[in-house]
Amino acid sequence: MIQFHLERRSGVPTYLQIVQQVRQAVRLGILKPGDRLPTVKEVVAQLTINPNTVLHAYRQLDLEGVVEGRRGVGTFVASDRIPVAAADVKGLRMSLQRWVERARAAGLDEEDMAGLFADTVRPASASRVA
Amino acid sequence: MTEAALSTQGLGRRYGSTWALRDCDLEIPPGTVTALVGPNGAGKTTLLQLAVGLLAPTAGNVRVLGHDPYRQPAQVLPRVGFVAQEHPLPRRFTIAETLRLGRELNPTWDDGLAARRIDELGLSPAQRVGTLSGGQQAQVALTLALAKRPQLLLLDEPVASLDPLARREFLNTVVQAVADAGIGVVLSSHIVADLERICDRLIILAHGRTLLDGAIDDILAGHRVLTGPRSSAERVERIHDVIRESHTERQTTLLVRANGHVYDACWELHEVDLEEIVLAYLGLDRAGRGTPSGRRAVVSR
Repeated sequence: MIQFHLERRSGVPTYLQIVQQVRQAVRLGILKPGDRLPTVKEVVAQLTINPNTVLHAYRQLDLEGVVEGRRGVGTFVASDRIPVAAADVKGLRMSLQRWVERARAAGLDEEDMAGLFADTVRPASASRVA
Repeated sequence: MTEAALSTQGLGRRYGSTWALRDCDLEIPPGTVTALVGPNGAGKTTLLQLAVGLLAPTAGNVRVLGHDPYRQPAQVLPRVGFVAQEHPLPRRFTIAETLRLGRELNPTWDDGLAARRIDELGLSPAQRVGTLSGGQQAQVALTLALAKRPQLLLLDEPVASLDPLARREFLNTVVQAVADAGIGVVLSSHIVADLERICDRLIILAHGRTLLDGAIDDILAGHRVLTGPRSSAERVERIHDVIRESHTERQTTLLVRANGHVYDACWELHEVDLEEIVLAYLGLDRAGRGTPSGRRAVVSR
């Protein structure tokens, strides 16, 4: 069973943090098809968060086809495939590995790389403002 | 379930010549957990006391679950749980006597729920309220409110006087009640840190007026910090609401409520957390970075 944790200062809405953690757990094989997610009440009791937030997260995961809600039974992992825009994850990972090697050689440490990565990724998502 | 949990139109309350609350227009949907945030004297307590009919409005009106709490208390009070600031309880009563008071006063009282909760808290019915810690007293007051099986729970600064652990336990009880019974909650607080986790809506009050009212996810999505070379906020202001601006010698930082897309190559965009948004609306600058703009009135809608 997965346990969620929240980062308060991230600026990422709570529901999205849960969505991302489920997706990531499925990606890494920590959650497998048929596994049950914690019930809304369990998550609420563990994290002291609003039940609507958990419902919102589970609804979104259901829409994405990652999980499936079965009425009165629970919410289950439906798929071990996380939809990725470009399905070429392997290729992307390899080119990223090459990039990391280059960055190391250039003297960047992990934090430098993370900062550079975040900075490069951000404009695309941050400009999506309601 | 379409009637609002709490709605106000032009609601105002005056003490002598001072307006504690003024021109307050709100609509809180049922089944939501709403935070009322604002500094001391913002009108939070006045609003909650108007909502349970402890005060009569000086202007406008307030409806709770579709009824006027002051004129139709019988329609409102049995359906509303209220925990006042400092959760006052008779200190010399035992817990058992306190629960009996609740039972005698409330037609919808659930004795089993009350007894179960006291047991879960590790308290004995024979203990006197005055001997309990602040956190335990708050939990007993909350038990009284929940055992009424209310549709709406109103909490006035429920956690202000509690230590962090007691605060978390108290709020945990609240959210579990929301999960169990689908009740709506309105709580006032000036501790912003907890609110993002447990609330889905936020209302900021200051000087008796509403500055911001919306779903927290929308508020987070709609606010951004822009940083860029020192310049005037004027151009940004034509499109977005600038909530706070600060300048250093070379840099300008703006916190804006974005109306549509922010796309301007000369500004760098940052996401912003709820606490910073609230502080910006309240006209504070957290660490004294830059100069908070005193002249800029907060933008209301």
